[in-house]
Amino acid sequence: MDNKEWLLKVENLTKIYGEHSVNTLDKTGPLFNSNQCPETGAIVACANIDFTLHPGEVLGIVGESGSGKSTLVKLLYFDLMATAGSAYLKGYKNDNTNILEVSNQQKRFLRNHKMGMVYQNPRDGLNFRFSSGGNIAEKLLMAGNFHVGSIRERASYLLESTEVPVPRMDETPESFSGGMQQRVQISKAIANNPPLLFLDEVTTGLDVSVQAKLLDMIRRLQQDLNIAMIVVSHDLSVIRMLTDRTIVMKNGRIVEKGLTDQILQDPQHGYTQLLVSSLL
Amino acid sequence: MVEEKKFHRQFNYAFIDERTKKEIRRKLLKAVCIPGYQVPYSSPEMPIARGWGTGGLHITLSLIGKEDTFKIIDQGSDASVNACNLRDFVKNTTDCDTTFETSKATLIQTRHRITEEELKAHQIMIFQVPQPEPLRGVERYEKKTREMHAEADYAKMWVSLYESFVRFGDIMRGAGYPVKVNGRYVMSPSPIPRWDIPNLSDAECLYLFGAGREKRLYAVPPHTTVEPLEFEDVKFKIEQFEGLKCEITGEQIAFLDELYGSDGKTTHVVNDSDFMDQIKEKERPIQWVNRYLTEKIEKTFNKN
Repeated sequence: MDNKEWLLKVENLTKIYGEHSVNTLDKTGPLFNSNQCPETGAIVACANIDFTLHPGEVLGIVGESGSGKSTLVKLLYFDLMATAGSAYLKGYKNDNTNILEVSNQQKRFLRNHKMGMVYQNPRDGLNFRFSSGGNIAEKLLMAGNFHVGSIRERASYLLESTEVPVPRMDETPESFSGGMQQRVQISKAIANNPPLLFLDEVTTGLDVSVQAKLLDMIRRLQQDLNIAMIVVSHDLSVIRMLTDRTIVMKNGRIVEKGLTDQILQDPQHGYTQLLVSSLL
Repeated sequence: MVEEKKFHRQFNYAFIDERTKKEIRRKLLKAVCIPGYQVPYSSPEMPIARGWGTGGLHITLSLIGKEDTFKIIDQGSDASVNACNLRDFVKNTTDCDTTFETSKATLIQTRHRITEEELKAHQIMIFQVPQPEPLRGVERYEKKTREMHAEADYAKMWVSLYESFVRFGDIMRGAGYPVKVNGRYVMSPSPIPRWDIPNLSDAECLYLFGAGREKRLYAVPPHTTVEPLEFEDVKFKIEQFEGLKCEITGEQIAFLDELYGSDGKTTHVVNDSDFMDQIKEKERPIQWVNRYLTEKIEKTFNKN
């Protein structure tokens, strides 16, 4: 199923902080249980990441903190600059343009039309000085919708489908609860019907019942809109509930990948086994 | 050299030395080439503090010659303190002719107004600008705003207009309404009233803007499109003076000032002092062709 239908192809994605030598990649990773190069002190946030995402598929990325899973999605959403590697998006410039190397203007176009991002902290994804409706309007305005009536209509529709009370649309996210802020962020991320959505630890820090509702909602949106998602979490139950396929990361490298059920039932790598056993 | 009589000091013609004037003229050329783009410049020291009209003064002094006729207004008035003192200064350092009459002037320096009378191709209007950055209200870092201009990323500006509409039911920008120049750069027109905004577009004259404190020059060349930012369903509007007229001249189609009398009553007078004088003494000068104004004139005629 590899090359026939794909949406996002990532090859050799690497992010290193600090000065690195030729041996940096060889002397870090799960084998050494370290992200830091013993020669130069450079930190390898993630390295040699390869994967393909299919349209409408939900891919989970799991790993302990510091394993580079957040870095990975931030690289793909252009929040960080990659040290090396390439990423290709289906339908963008003959499918063969490395989106990590295009101009800032093109990157902004991709962010506004092809991608959405939901951060762990709503303050990263929302502007707290603007109203919730204004935050959603920002995405719509950037995509060239300059009709206030239709912007408000779309914003109300999105807030309604993410279960945020529409009458509170003109309040700032400041006055919302954590779960509501997260739902406003999701509304903003899906405002322009992007084919690809990144979710970075969206349920962390929320209480269990709110988590469950949020996950339900994400699953419903995914089925309704058929968005491909990359879900980053350290929480295996989130991964089990949402994802079809999973990548397990440790020390910036992929240690195991496969179908989520398979990984949870029959983990192969020692670290994955540890992860799964600590869940039970 | 021009000698100052009081202390017998000598200055170069038009106060600023020739090299600096040349630098300012070169920066102005760049500004004209890229309409609406803010060009950094030296902003040399002047005998007045930066931010008190130095930007306008730099442009005036670097362009002025002996054959020029200079007019300066401060919020429409030839006689306010700022205008009088700057006029004296320019007169003393250049020995040029000065005038109150808009049609006779070749260089018009202004603070926060465009003349009510239409300007022609031989005239240059020079604005004193306090804040050249239209995005400063939504982004406080200069590095960021420059990036935003470079990439034409004006989403934050648009969201602030949207927010204004949501909160107040209209776009609440009085003076300094943001405009898009030549379909590219969003520009602050300096705090001129919305009434004057349409006059920036497709004008015969050259508009130059100088912000001395912020060290920026920019320009709107003749026959350049200048559009106020507006939504498809929430439109830009000019100030409305429905049912009001000038107390002195009876004029209805001009930007009016509201005055409070000692009895607490309000009266209105024409803001542009030369326009008022022309109506009182001679004939009515030709006003700008401005579609918002044309609508207003038609309405007034239909009522009468």
